[in-house]
Amino acid sequence: MSTRIQQLFSKKKGKILSIYFTAGYPTLNDTLTIIQNLADAGVDLIEIGFPFSDPLADGPVIQQSSQKAIENGMTLKLLFEQLKNIRQQTNIPIILMGYLNPVLQFGIQNFVEKCVVVGIDGVIIPDLPVDYYEAHFKNLFKNNKLANILLITPETNSDRVQMIDALSDGFIYMVSSNSITGSENNLAHQSDYFDRINQLNLTNPTLIGFGIHDKHTFESACKNSSGAIIGSAFVKHLATYGTSRKTIFDFVKVFK
Amino acid sequence: MNSIHPDKNGFYGEFGGAFIPEMLYPNIHELQEQYLGIINTTEFQQEFQSLLKDYVGRPTPLFYSKNLSAEFGAHIYLKREDLNHTGAHKINNTIGQILLAKRLHKKRIIAETGAGQHGVATATACALAGIDCTIFMGEIDIQRQMPNVERMKLLGAKVIPATSGSKTLKDATNEAIREWINNPVDTHYIIGSVVGPHPYPDLVARFQSVISQEIKQQLLEKTGDENPDYIIACIGGGSNAIGAFYHFIDNGKTKLIAVEAGGEGINSGKTAATIALGKKGIIHGSKTYLIQTEDGQIIEPHSISAGLDYPGIGPIHAYLHDTGKATVVNITDKEALEAAFYLSRKDGIIPALESAHALAYLKKMKFKSDDVVIVNLSGRGDKDMSTYQKFMNYEH
Repeated sequence: MSTRIQQLFSKKKGKILSIYFTAGYPTLNDTLTIIQNLADAGVDLIEIGFPFSDPLADGPVIQQSSQKAIENGMTLKLLFEQLKNIRQQTNIPIILMGYLNPVLQFGIQNFVEKCVVVGIDGVIIPDLPVDYYEAHFKNLFKNNKLANILLITPETNSDRVQMIDALSDGFIYMVSSNSITGSENNLAHQSDYFDRINQLNLTNPTLIGFGIHDKHTFESACKNSSGAIIGSAFVKHLATYGTSRKTIFDFVKVFK
Repeated sequence: MNSIHPDKNGFYGEFGGAFIPEMLYPNIHELQEQYLGIINTTEFQQEFQSLLKDYVGRPTPLFYSKNLSAEFGAHIYLKREDLNHTGAHKINNTIGQILLAKRLHKKRIIAETGAGQHGVATATACALAGIDCTIFMGEIDIQRQMPNVERMKLLGAKVIPATSGSKTLKDATNEAIREWINNPVDTHYIIGSVVGPHPYPDLVARFQSVISQEIKQQLLEKTGDENPDYIIACIGGGSNAIGAFYHFIDNGKTKLIAVEAGGEGINSGKTAATIALGKKGIIHGSKTYLIQTEDGQIIEPHSISAGLDYPGIGPIHAYLHDTGKATVVNITDKEALEAAFYLSRKDGIIPALESAHALAYLKKMKFKSDDVVIVNLSGRGDKDMSTYQKFMNYEH
């Protein structure tokens, strides 16, 4: 399927570091700078959030970055324009993450095609339900070799996890706890959940996200999966320290 | 009996569904699987009907307004939902949902509110059932509907201001959904309108359908014909409208008119008239019409009435509109205020600003002298006194 994601997981068996940022934040044209600095700093996977006015699964940090990004003028159209030469710049796997409504207004066909043209490897659309994806979008994604990354949570029962595994390509996004993004929960309380998932021997690897914000939480995530996704903590860091090579390197080296 | 139901996935035509993040799947799935089995039992219905009668004060009167009839040249009836306990139709739904929540063994209730009517109705139902209650309300709505905030607190509810986005109903709904994601196991979310993911639109419509059920019976007694020529109701998400329409849909006679909040006018940029301006998309887990930018960002709406200040519309109404089964129109802030003053002085009834939108549309209709017209007076205007006072001072 999406070779860059698969190559990553086949060559690196653990401690995969995935970083999320919101496109258009802190300023409209930071996208390429942030990608380059993250790639150079040794991040394994990048998730670019395209902003939505009403991000239901997100906490205050990503809500605010999204709102600012929209005010700055970020749109899907502009994001694809910014990313049009990204594959001449870096070979790091890139995933787009955002909500369904902007995708529908852009047009699902158009969205998938643009992803393929610029070299996006996968997408995460939290409010696109699994059954709707399977019934309406799956063939389009498969035909275009675009990975749709699906989420599981502590409340997802094992049958459903296996169904999601069968539909997934690339990896499964394992939400660390019952929470929106940016909630700094203690991962130690989730060992039963992580053990349950790991005992299912899923086809796809998992990355743990939501609440991963420091070395400690990153390492406990890595003990239970192939790696972790950091979002709010990085967005907060950009808000405070900016997007320079040094500040991004400073953020990333904590997790290396 | 005519009524309206979604398909098994919660769609009314192309509208509705359950566009929810995986975090909400277990809760929504549980509700989808269980709601009909629970609410259709005799035991549930007996408890529900008994509370509607003895606690809520139903049936609410169907009042023949001689004054309005003379003024507008038709037989005008007001369905007095304003006379319900807590002052609006909202309690029909919260009583139903609290009984459902108890049967789902939920320990805690959350809800969003715009004007505060649904918040008060939820806090009331929670007090009655002895269940912990948290209400999310936009910061701006808290300021403009302070009496309802005080009522919710007196009833023992916790009121949490929604400070994101436009700080109104849309954002209160976002915050309630986020709270539900954070507490999926022990908490039930009582949505106040026919919005949100399936099964909420159907669930709320069923609980509100008591309004049209009563109208049928009352009208039969008064006129010998259970079907009116027109039913007019205001519409934000659309719970009072669907309640008033429910048993009249597709009856071949009754024209259903839903009145949206035009705000300062649909071309002013300050409006909540979703059908007038909206495009299809996803809001709060449901496919429907919503006011949005070309890029799919939801536009912050405006209405003088906090209860109609919502950029979407229930998927049932999107479907009724698209299929021509209902007509959606709009009324401005100013027209609604004038109608509220008119009814207060003419009939001695101070209506809620929301309901005043429905009343205001009478003026725009051309009736035949024997037309029977029902206006759903969804709520009373006590909560809007500060707005009314401001307008009176401005007028005089």
